[in-house]
Amino acid sequence: MSNIVGIEHDRVTNTVSTDFPGYSIEANNEFDIEEFKKKFQINISYITERTANFDLIGIDTSIANAFRRIMIAEVPSVAAEHVYVFNNTSVIQDEVLAHRIGLIPLKVDPDTLTWVDQTVDEKDRFTDDNTIVLSLDVVCTKNPNAVPGDNRAENLYRNSNVYAKDLKFEPQGRQTETFEKNPVVPCDPNILLAKLRPGQEISLRVHCILGIGSDHAKFSPVSTASYRLLPVIDILKPIAGSDALEFQKCFPSGVIDIKENGEAFVKDARKDTVSREVLRHEKFNGKVKLGRQRDHFIFNVESTGAMPPEEIFFKSVRVLRNKAEYLRNCPIGNLN
Amino acid sequence: MSELAQPEQPTQQQQPTNEEPLEDQDQEMDEGEEALDLEKIKLLPGATDDGTAASFQIIDEDHTLGNALRYIIMKNPNVEFCGYSIPHPSEAKLNIRIQTYGDITAVQALHQGLDDLVKVCTHIEEEFSTKITQRDYGTEEP
Repeated sequence: MSNIVGIEHDRVTNTVSTDFPGYSIEANNEFDIEEFKKKFQINISYITERTANFDLIGIDTSIANAFRRIMIAEVPSVAAEHVYVFNNTSVIQDEVLAHRIGLIPLKVDPDTLTWVDQTVDEKDRFTDDNTIVLSLDVVCTKNPNAVPGDNRAENLYRNSNVYAKDLKFEPQGRQTETFEKNPVVPCDPNILLAKLRPGQEISLRVHCILGIGSDHAKFSPVSTASYRLLPVIDILKPIAGSDALEFQKCFPSGVIDIKENGEAFVKDARKDTVSREVLRHEKFNGKVKLGRQRDHFIFNVESTGAMPPEEIFFKSVRVLRNKAEYLRNCPIGNLN
Repeated sequence: MSELAQPEQPTQQQQPTNEEPLEDQDQEMDEGEEALDLEKIKLLPGATDDGTAASFQIIDEDHTLGNALRYIIMKNPNVEFCGYSIPHPSEAKLNIRIQTYGDITAVQALHQGLDDLVKVCTHIEEEFSTKITQRDYGTEEP
């Protein structure tokens, strides 16, 4: 079936998709939204708080890749952009500390903020509509109630470690009402930002705005979003007996099972990681064919915590649609 | 999950990099008085007189839209050739060439492709949101 990408021991075959009209006489691959709707399927495997794993069946690589690229680079999210340092006597330099603060994922729904208008003058640019203000004020002091004999910093000093949870949300203007139910906190409170010793102090204010991953990776809402194609294992000649047990060992557990008569069969190809271990053994030459199904994408989306992962995918589909709609309504000028 | 029941009103347009003027990317389809983006897509020289073959240059786009659009336009039986290229990776420009068999113009093929892409995305959105509300998936990683 030309739908399968072949996997040999040294190369990959049949990778190009051929579903355009004119490729073959029988198949009419003309774009028809009804045909697409019939072929297209979504199966969701699991969705946790931070991860979503789902299958998209019946679309082309270009569209699946577009979703993946948009999830990584073009779904907007909120991160710290400007850090105003009032006092920093720690050993962590201002810019290093600011860089680390920028990378902290914040639990802010990006729809609650608007884009910052860069053309407006700087003193009017940041409003309560488009900026979240956080502050960090930490002073490290000696711990008078230290347990003697314990030389750990947590015991000897107070506030020796600065964590992401020490960033305090300062609601501005209308934000006291809009963020009442869900104040701005970092998604992972225990990210270590800096270490201090007695006498050192950090006092700064942070402005967080909306941005996209292609501008800076801190704005990417996913820790990663990836897809793989569904593996296909074809057993051409029966494999039985002790060979079947060896065959089973060539794949991750759960992929190959053995029938009562000792023959091996493919139980769940989806669990396979396609390590091609079986192609290294001469005794299985010609008995098995590995491949991947070209239009079955298994997506794995890991969110950093700002939005649930299924919402990130949802937004990426929206972004692609908006791009197409926007372009549709643009007048075509002339290059001059 | 309130996002899923949202009407078709688009979420924020992607923000261009800081040095681009802001009039580029927002307010297109709604109020008619808003400025039309005249820079977004341009016709390159090399088009035939009857418009059946043309090249377009789209700015601020890359493989994300280019490959997806090329795929959809190729599925149009009237299109003889469709390809895209990015002339230089440091510049965000996308060149698309469309040649048709003569029944439609290249601009029509482009518009048809964009409309089809919108239909595909809309269907995927609806299907996904139906599957989410059905809730027959696990909530733990196996």
